[in-house]
Amino acid sequence: MPIEIKMPALSPTMEEGTLAKWLVKEGDTVKSGDIMAEIETDKATMEFEAVDEGTIAKITVPEGTDGVKVGAVIALLNGDGEEAGESTPEPAAKESEPRPSPEDPNKTGSEAKPAPENVEDHGKPADTEAARSDAAAPAPTAQHDGDRVKASPLARRIAADKGLDLSQLTGSGPNGRIVKADVEQAKPGAALAPKAEAAQAAAAPASAAPSPAPAAAAAQLPDVPHETTKLSNMRKTIARRLTESKQQVPHIYLTVDVRLDKLLALRGDLNASLSARGVKLSVNDLMIKALAAALIQVPKCNVMFTPNELVSFKRADISVAVSTPEGLITPVITEADTASLSSISTRMKDLAARARDKKLKPEEFTGGTASISNMGMFGIKQFEAVINPPQGMILAVGAGEKRPWVMEDGTLGVATIMSATGSFDHRAIDGADGAELMQAFKTLVENPLGMLA
Amino acid sequence: MADQYDLIVLGSGPGGYVSAIRASQLGMKVAIVERERLGGICLNWGCIPTKALLRTSEVYHYMTHAADYGLKADNIGFDLGKIVDRSRKVAGQLNAGVKGLMKKHKIAVHEGVGKLTGKGKLTVTQGDKTTELTATHIMIATGARARDLPFAKADGKRIWTYRHAMVPEVMPTKLLVIGSGAIGIEFASFYNDMGADVTVVEMLPRILPVEDEEVSAFMEKRLTKEGIRIVTGAGVEKIDTSASGVKATIKGKDGKSTAEDYSHVIVAIGIVPNTENIGLEELGVATERGQIKVDGYGRTNVEGVYAIGDVTGAPWLAHKASHEGIVCVEAIAGEKPHPFETWNIPGCTYSRPQVASVGLTEAKAKEAGHDVKVGKFPFIGNGKAIALGEADGFVKTVFDAKTGELLGAHMVGAEVTELIQGYVIARQLETTEAELQETVFAHPTLSEMMHESVLAAYDRPIHI
Repeated sequence: MPIEIKMPALSPTMEEGTLAKWLVKEGDTVKSGDIMAEIETDKATMEFEAVDEGTIAKITVPEGTDGVKVGAVIALLNGDGEEAGESTPEPAAKESEPRPSPEDPNKTGSEAKPAPENVEDHGKPADTEAARSDAAAPAPTAQHDGDRVKASPLARRIAADKGLDLSQLTGSGPNGRIVKADVEQAKPGAALAPKAEAAQAAAAPASAAPSPAPAAAAAQLPDVPHETTKLSNMRKTIARRLTESKQQVPHIYLTVDVRLDKLLALRGDLNASLSARGVKLSVNDLMIKALAAALIQVPKCNVMFTPNELVSFKRADISVAVSTPEGLITPVITEADTASLSSISTRMKDLAARARDKKLKPEEFTGGTASISNMGMFGIKQFEAVINPPQGMILAVGAGEKRPWVMEDGTLGVATIMSATGSFDHRAIDGADGAELMQAFKTLVENPLGMLA
Repeated sequence: MADQYDLIVLGSGPGGYVSAIRASQLGMKVAIVERERLGGICLNWGCIPTKALLRTSEVYHYMTHAADYGLKADNIGFDLGKIVDRSRKVAGQLNAGVKGLMKKHKIAVHEGVGKLTGKGKLTVTQGDKTTELTATHIMIATGARARDLPFAKADGKRIWTYRHAMVPEVMPTKLLVIGSGAIGIEFASFYNDMGADVTVVEMLPRILPVEDEEVSAFMEKRLTKEGIRIVTGAGVEKIDTSASGVKATIKGKDGKSTAEDYSHVIVAIGIVPNTENIGLEELGVATERGQIKVDGYGRTNVEGVYAIGDVTGAPWLAHKASHEGIVCVEAIAGEKPHPFETWNIPGCTYSRPQVASVGLTEAKAKEAGHDVKVGKFPFIGNGKAIALGEADGFVKTVFDAKTGELLGAHMVGAEVTELIQGYVIARQLETTEAELQETVFAHPTLSEMMHESVLAAYDRPIHI
C-alpha cells in the first residue's frame, strides 16, 4: 500500500502553496531526509524533505501548480518491496470521494496547468482542479468548506478556458448560481480583479472593502499600453496583511527628532575595535538595539492585541523590514534586548542575504514582538509605517542628516539629526505610552552607552 | 359595481389557468375568463384527448401484432364511438380537475367571451348578459386555432381540422393529411394504425421539418414502412368536395399536378393566434403578423396588459405557455424571475414511433458556429428496447466540442417523449458531457441509450 505524500504545512500560517519544483521523478528511490521538492509558501521557497523511504510511485501534482492546499496528496510513495505499477489504482479505489473522470480534458495529467493564480482566498474549486490534476489523485479534503462557489459545470469549464475567476463573478441562477451567461458576459479582465483589488487596497486602504473587488474593477484599467505580472504568493500575502492592518488597526503616529552625533561616534569607536573580528555595525543595527531596549523600558508598548487578551512580551524580538526583489519580508532578530551588538549585526547580515535568496525558514520571519523599518539609506526624511499585525508597533526610521539644531547651551549649531516615527496600535497602546517609548528611544540613541550596558 | 381584481386572465388553457394558480399563490385576487371549457384546447381538444386516441391505436397495434409476443388473438376489432368516448372522458376528467383547481385557489371563473374595453377593464359576454370586470393587470392567454387552407375551408364533414379529426363519426378509408408537423404526423400515425390508407403531404423537403434532419429521414423511412405514403416538397393546389369524398390536386416536386380521390382531409398546416375581437386594436396593443408583441416578462406595449402562450408566437406548445405565464405573473408580483427564453423547451411528437427533442439540431448548431461533437446510439444496441420489441430508433446528442455544452438532443423511438426530460434537466443545470458520462443509468432501461449517445459523442460508447 503506497504512502500518500501530502502538501506540508511549512509555516504555522501556511494554508496552501505553490509546488515550485520536483527534485525527484517517478521511479526514483528516496530515503528519509532527501530533498524531494521545492515549495513556495506565502513568504519563502522551502525545501521539502522525505520522511519515509521508498520509491516515488506517482507524482500527482505537477510542478508549477499554484494553490495546492496543505494536506493535499502531491505524490505517492511505495514502501520497500512494492512495485511502482501496483500502487496507482489503489488510492482511487480506497478514496470515498468521486474519482475524476480521466476523459475530462481539463483534468488529465499532461494538460494540467497551474491552477489560476487567484485561488488564494476563494479558489476552492480551482484548487480542486489542481489537486485532481491526475486521475489517481484523490480529491483534497478542503473542498467541502462553506464558501464554495456555486457554478454550473459548463460555467466552470468556460471560466477555466477564459481564465476567469468564478469567485469574482455574480451568479444570476437560482441562489446566485453562476451559469453560462454570467461567465460569457464577464469581461476577460475579471481574471485580473485580484490584482486590481490589491492595487486599490494599496492606494486607498481606508476605503477598500475587505470583500473581493467586483469584477468591474478590472474594467477600470486605463487604456494605456501595459503588461501584467502574475501576483506571487508573497505579493498577495503582503497585500492582504497590509490591507488588513490599515483597515482593522487604528494607527497613531508619534514622531521624534533624535540627535545622532554621539551614536555615530560610538559606532566609529566600536567598528574600529570590532574590525579584527570582521564585524561592522550599521546604524540600523544600533537602531534595532535601541528599539529593543526601549521596549524593555516601556513594556506597555511591547504588546500584542488579541480579541480577548492583551499579550505583554517579556523580551524584545525585532522584525526588521527587508526589501527583496519579490517584496517586503521581515526577518526577526530574536532577543535583541539582550543580544550583543555584534551578534545583532552578524545575524542581520545573514538574514538579509538569505531573505533576498528566499531561503529564510518560516521561524526566521515570524514571531517578532515589534518591527523596525529604515528608509534612511534612500534619503527619506520621515515616514509612517504600516503596523505588521499582530504586532503592536513599528518604528519608521528616516535618514540621519545635518540640520540646524539648537544646542544644549542654547546656541544654534549643526547636528546630525534623524526623525523616527512610531506607529502604534491604539487599541493596545495609549498615546502617552507610545510617547514614553519614543522618548526612551530618543534618550537611548542620544546617550548610546546606555544600550550597551 | 364591477368586480375588481389584481389579475384577470383571458383564456383558461395551460397558459392561462397555470398563470391564474401561480398568481393566486402569490397572493393576488384573480379571475379567469373562458368562452368554452376550462383547460382550453390542450385539455379539451389537443394534447390530452389526442394522447388518449394514440394510446388506443398503440394498443390496437399491439393486438394486431400479438403473435410477435407469443400471444394469440382472434376477431380483433374496434368500436370507433367507444374510442372517441374514451378520449372525451379523459378530457372531461381533466376539465373537471381544472375546475377543482380554480376553486381550490379561489380563482373566480367567468364563463363567456371576454373583451378588453379600456385600461384595466374587461367585459364578459355570455348570451345577453354582459358583466364588467376591472383589474390592475390583464393577461391575454387566448391561444390559437388551426390555420385554414385559403381555398378549402374545413367543414367538419370531409375537410377536417384537428378538432374534427379528434371526434370522427366514421373511419376515413383514404385519408390525406396536409402538413407534417407534430399534429399532422400524430393523426397520420393514429389513422394509419387504425387501418386507414394515409397520405401525408409536406411542402418542405422533409417531414417534421423542425426536427433534426436525421430524425426526419428516419421517420420518413419508418412511417413509409408502416404503410403511410409520404409526399414531400409538394403542395395541395385544389380540393374539390363531393358527397362521396374529396378530390385533391397535389403539385409534386417535379412540378406536375395530379388529382387523387380521398375520403377525408386533415388540414394541419399551422395555427393562427386568437387575437381578433378582444379589444386589442382599441387599446393599441401592438401585434405583428397576428402575434402580440411582448418582452421577456410577457409585457405588451400597453401598461397593465400582458400576453403569453400561442398568441405571442412559437413554439406553440402548452408547456411553453405555462412557463411563460409563470414568468409573467412572478414579474407582476415583484418576484425576480428570469426572463422567458426558448432555448430549453422540449418538443414531443406522440406518433408511433415517438419523436422528442430539445435544443439545437446538428445543422442549426453548426450554423450557429459551433464546432460540434455528435453522438448517436441506436435502439438495437439496447437490451430493454429489444425486450420490448421496439428495437427501432436512435438517440442523438450534439455537444459543443470546445465547452462540452449539450447543445441539443434528438430522439426517435419507443417512449422517447418520457426520456427527453433527462436531457432538458441536464441542459438547465448546464452539465457538460463529463457529468453525463459519470452518471449511472439504471439497467435495463431505455435511458441507457441516453448515456451511450453521450459516450458515443466522445468516441467511447460501450454497446456499439
